[in-house]
Amino acid sequence: MPEIIRGGSVVADDWQILRPAPAISMAEIEIPAGRVVVPLALWLERHTGLIARGDVGVWLAGADDPSSIAPWLQQLPVVAVDFPKFTDGRGYSVAYLLRSRFGYRGELRAIGDVLPDQLFFMRRVGFDAFAVRPDKDIRQALHSLQPFSDAYQGSWDNAVPAFRRHVRAWPVPHGN
Amino acid sequence: MYVYDQVDRNLVAERVEQYRDQVRRFLAGELTEDEFRPLRLQNGLYIQRFAPMLRVAIPYGLLSAAQLRMLAHIARHYDRGYGHFSTRQNIQYNWPRLEDSPDILADLASVEMHAIQTSGNCVRNITSDELAGIAPDEIVDPRPLCEILRQWSTFHPEFSFLPRKFKIAVNGSVEDRSATAFHDIGLYVRRAPNGELGLRVLVGGGMGRTPIVGVVIREFLPWQHMMSYVECILRVYNRYGRRDNIYKARIKILVKALGPEEFARQVEEEWTLVKNGPGTLTEEELKRVSAYFPAPDYRPRPEDEGELTRRIAESRGFARWAGRAVRPHRIPGYRAVVLSLKKTGVAPGDATAEQMDQVADWSERFGFGEIRVSHEQNLILPDVRAGDLFALWEEARQAGLATPNLGLLTDIIACPGGDFCSLANAKSIPIAEAIQRRFDDLDYLHDIGELNLNISGCMNSCGHHHAGHIGILGVDKDGEEWYQVSIGGADGSDAGHGRSAIGKVIGPSFKAEDMPDVVSRLVEIYLEKREAGEHFVDTVERLGIALFKAGVYGTPARTKKGPIERVVTDA
Repeated sequence: MPEIIRGGSVVADDWQILRPAPAISMAEIEIPAGRVVVPLALWLERHTGLIARGDVGVWLAGADDPSSIAPWLQQLPVVAVDFPKFTDGRGYSVAYLLRSRFGYRGELRAIGDVLPDQLFFMRRVGFDAFAVRPDKDIRQALHSLQPFSDAYQGSWDNAVPAFRRHVRAWPVPHGN
Repeated sequence: MYVYDQVDRNLVAERVEQYRDQVRRFLAGELTEDEFRPLRLQNGLYIQRFAPMLRVAIPYGLLSAAQLRMLAHIARHYDRGYGHFSTRQNIQYNWPRLEDSPDILADLASVEMHAIQTSGNCVRNITSDELAGIAPDEIVDPRPLCEILRQWSTFHPEFSFLPRKFKIAVNGSVEDRSATAFHDIGLYVRRAPNGELGLRVLVGGGMGRTPIVGVVIREFLPWQHMMSYVECILRVYNRYGRRDNIYKARIKILVKALGPEEFARQVEEEWTLVKNGPGTLTEEELKRVSAYFPAPDYRPRPEDEGELTRRIAESRGFARWAGRAVRPHRIPGYRAVVLSLKKTGVAPGDATAEQMDQVADWSERFGFGEIRVSHEQNLILPDVRAGDLFALWEEARQAGLATPNLGLLTDIIACPGGDFCSLANAKSIPIAEAIQRRFDDLDYLHDIGELNLNISGCMNSCGHHHAGHIGILGVDKDGEEWYQVSIGGADGSDAGHGRSAIGKVIGPSFKAEDMPDVVSRLVEIYLEKREAGEHFVDTVERLGIALFKAGVYGTPARTKKGPIERVVTDA
């Protein structure tokens, strides 16, 4: 079974990510039984039939507007944000908004081109589950979650910037 | 200047270790070249034509003597004995080894420096006025706000994978000495009539392939909201900036596509949702950071001004240098001194390790141990007593740092160009040198007066050619190096009377060997046509480019060899 990082450790994962071919119409897609994460467009079209299942999550692309999933956020067991390329940073803003603006508190999962050196940034903006790309050593990646002991600026993990959290040092007066 | 506390020290030290591990994994084959690239770039390391290039941040252009000595040490120990000061108040080393780069960063950390976010698609080094805190025309000292922005932007989790690089400049004086309008965000620090501190906010300026002067999206932003407002600009950009085409990915393209009004509306809408949050800057924090930038213990000597006047009267050479290199200071009896890194035969902006050590020594003997770096690629000693200027000049001359050409045609801004940079289409350094050699007559050079000549080896515009009164751009034509010339650009400084403008191309490009003649011809036309008090760029503005174009293309300038006949004017 595939593994992901959740809650700071590597665990088995049975969620299936549904990535339909681009040309296919949402109505025709066959949604498998069991835990499945569907694209936003599919959810928006077919949520009435899916919401009762309780084992259907939604994934957003970088271009998706997080406000469009807002009405269901309290009921979704998992929300994922896709990184088509690790250099595409839209997902960081999407995740931050899902958490801070739309109040999502469930599992927020990074999927796609998720590499160890991104985990720190992802964790800070609100991701708590990381589907590290399968060719990378996921246990090694755990070390990349927290490379820094502190952060200057606020984000989802701690909205309070360093200057409000610490008594930061004032200059030592000059003099001989 | 700002001194690291435990928070800063920890973060920079942890960054060195993180990077060391990344280099180790890359060399072990655990990271592919594509995966390693953004990691090394965000630590300043490029892979260049011959070797890696390491770009080290000099936040808002401020250095201590100890820091400059470390830069000299790095040049000597890890490189070939010199460094290149860039137009973004960074220093670049052209010959380090990838394997050494973690050690270089550790050495930098020991003097509270780093190469964090000097490259890559993230918020870059914050740039500012090299005369901050000492300029007579200063409204507000921008350095505390620069430092606060430096911290805020460092490892920002949401904005480390932007569509493209992102540059912020902050200027707090009447004169814009930071080319502020050419930045992704330009901030002018201002005071409202009631004394309230705030910022005039520009977005979407930039050079590159699509040069644009930034537009004001907010006339006055109270200082407390600086970070939340910048956050909103970056969020709109991060979400909607183009990622499909590297040439259309800068924020200026988004601002242009949406229109500045719509862009501003989206930022303001976002801002209503985040302002007054915990990111709001506090009075306490502003005071704390400001306390790191106190006025030094100035002790002007009453006899100094008389001494300076006497020296100027006695020595023509000193007078000529002082007339260009010495800048006014807000404290009577003190001056700022610009040390020219534009000596003919030396790549513009280059300094040797020995020169860096010497400048560090002077900063202690003739000042308070502080040095500034300007976007014109020169070094500045900010606090020199008027009575010490002559002694400093004599030593600076020995060191090759007293070329009396500041603000003149040979004070050329230039990128490293095709001699080093793998992006370049053409060389910059030999063109700069050929032009400097042509204009080696100091009387003539001084008669021409204020003229910014900027050279970029490619469209990326690191040499700010768009903002040059004369701009030269290296282009590739069927594998050959050619040079396109534009005139009438201006970077917002007093040399162009405060205008920020993009230069206009005068016509088809030239071969390298023709460039001195082309520049000579442009200058001759200016000298013929100028009215009293006009700089080159003013004459271009008044007359338009057609006359200059006709003068250049309509004469045998392209084939003319040998010395150019100088035009005598009575102006």
